[in-house]
Amino acid sequence: MLRIRCPWCGDRDEPEFRWGGEVPIVRPGPPRQVSEAQWAEYLFMRDNPKGWVRERWVHALGCRQWFIAVRNTVTHEIRSTRRIGDPLPELDG
Amino acid sequence: MGSIVRTRRDMSARVCTPVPGEVTPRGTVQGCILPLRPAPARTRTPPVHFSALTLARNALSHHESWPQLWRSPAPRSSYDVIIVGGGGHGLATAYYLAKEHGICNVAVLEKGWLGGGNTGRNTTVVRSNYFYPQSARFYDFSLRLYEGLSRELGFNIMLSQRGIINLAHSPHQVELLARWANALQLNGVDGELLSAAAVRERLPLLNAAPGARYPVAGGLLQRRGGIARHDAVAWGYARAADQRGVDIIQECEVLGFLREGDRVVGVETSRGCIRAPKVALAVAGHSSVLAQKAGFRLPVTSYALQAFVTEPLKPVLDCVVLSLATGTYLSQSDKGELVVGGGLDLYPSYAQRGNLPTLQGVIAGLLELFPCFSRLRLLRQWAGVVDVVHDSTPIIDKTPARGLYINCGWGTGGFKAIPGGGFVFAHLLATDRSHPLAEPFSLRRFATGALIDEAAAAGISH
Repeated sequence: MLRIRCPWCGDRDEPEFRWGGEVPIVRPGPPRQVSEAQWAEYLFMRDNPKGWVRERWVHALGCRQWFIAVRNTVTHEIRSTRRIGDPLPELDG
Repeated sequence: MGSIVRTRRDMSARVCTPVPGEVTPRGTVQGCILPLRPAPARTRTPPVHFSALTLARNALSHHESWPQLWRSPAPRSSYDVIIVGGGGHGLATAYYLAKEHGICNVAVLEKGWLGGGNTGRNTTVVRSNYFYPQSARFYDFSLRLYEGLSRELGFNIMLSQRGIINLAHSPHQVELLARWANALQLNGVDGELLSAAAVRERLPLLNAAPGARYPVAGGLLQRRGGIARHDAVAWGYARAADQRGVDIIQECEVLGFLREGDRVVGVETSRGCIRAPKVALAVAGHSSVLAQKAGFRLPVTSYALQAFVTEPLKPVLDCVVLSLATGTYLSQSDKGELVVGGGLDLYPSYAQRGNLPTLQGVIAGLLELFPCFSRLRLLRQWAGVVDVVHDSTPIIDKTPARGLYINCGWGTGGFKAIPGGGFVFAHLLATDRSHPLAEPFSLRRFATGALIDEAAAAGISH
């Protein structure tokens, strides 16, 4: 069982949260100039790293706010959580 | 029985010579046989034919003189094909490369031990009850290969086609199952709808009390579904590939790729560099890690998928049961243990252990279905790292790096696909063309939109 620190509510148990995908993923544009390959890259291709990753999570059974976590996919350690709108944390450091 | 097919090997030319009577390899191999230094002389005992006689003979020596099933050679400096990943798919690919295409100068590199990844971590279920024609064709082909595999490999994979039942707990789910059964029959795959009474008769321990949280409304039965011994599948393919000259190299981790321009020409491993004009990835949950080393990304997310077994019981369950509503499925192994699995852990993971909330959810579902199992203790719990793709359909294709091929995206259902996956991947490696069964499983589909959305249609609970 993980304890995850919601930037708004503090430490809560893992079942209160939902994972929401890796960040940053930037939508390409303008649409007329985006190739099929670029759309595929945006919609489907992922880094899926083994190790540290920046992710979006939501406190689904709490304040329902989205936030950014830096998490390790091998140890499941969560190094930091930040509010959406704060500067995106660096992966190395 | 003639179940073991042997090959003589011409050591200097390094090609396989089929023995008379064997189906000859197809003449489709191009540009794969390289001029190489003569292979070092190898000491090899002839393969054992398992039979009551050899069993009795070895019993006299207390089963201490069985030969090793495969060699453990040191890696050579080059091969025709390198297969990364010594699980079911990698080993089956090596076997079919040798058997169907005559390409025997092959190395299978495994970073751990043979079959120690997802091949040793699944719940051993085999079935072909997929919804879409593309999937049904492929998975039924794979199941048919399974049906002949013990005899073909001369190795008992303990296939038990005891049937698999998907449960429906509401009239709406019965309608979905009816649609599914119709699709199966249109696809030429066996599948039949069961009434609630028929399900209760087949599963007397299922909670059918009036107040049951998940009442039984019906079921979908595939009689040809069942279970097989997962280790035996890996070992059988390994032995058969080894007999045909494939080098199986364990504890040899691939750290990077050797490049010449935009071509991959080999791999850098923990045991030195090994060159090959074709490198094939069959590494499941670690596909993204190796793709990143080769300079491209995949539409894959790696999750932990858990399973566990209870202490052994007398026979209580003679088929595989899967519940759409609870996301729990189970079968009873030949040792008597209940083998239980469920949905994915809820966030990406490369940890082969699984988290507690998911385990609790699966157990809760199990006990709603079978309250009588509530006093059982769990013997073991584990997880495998699975390669989930958006449409739950595999990827068997060339990659953006020339000379590098990939077999991945099996997600939560790779075990049942081992023979078929190996067969079509070997075809791609040998001919540079997709096998007709694997054409829909391209990487291109993510750009063209030709996804095969089995995740929703087959009712897989992930």
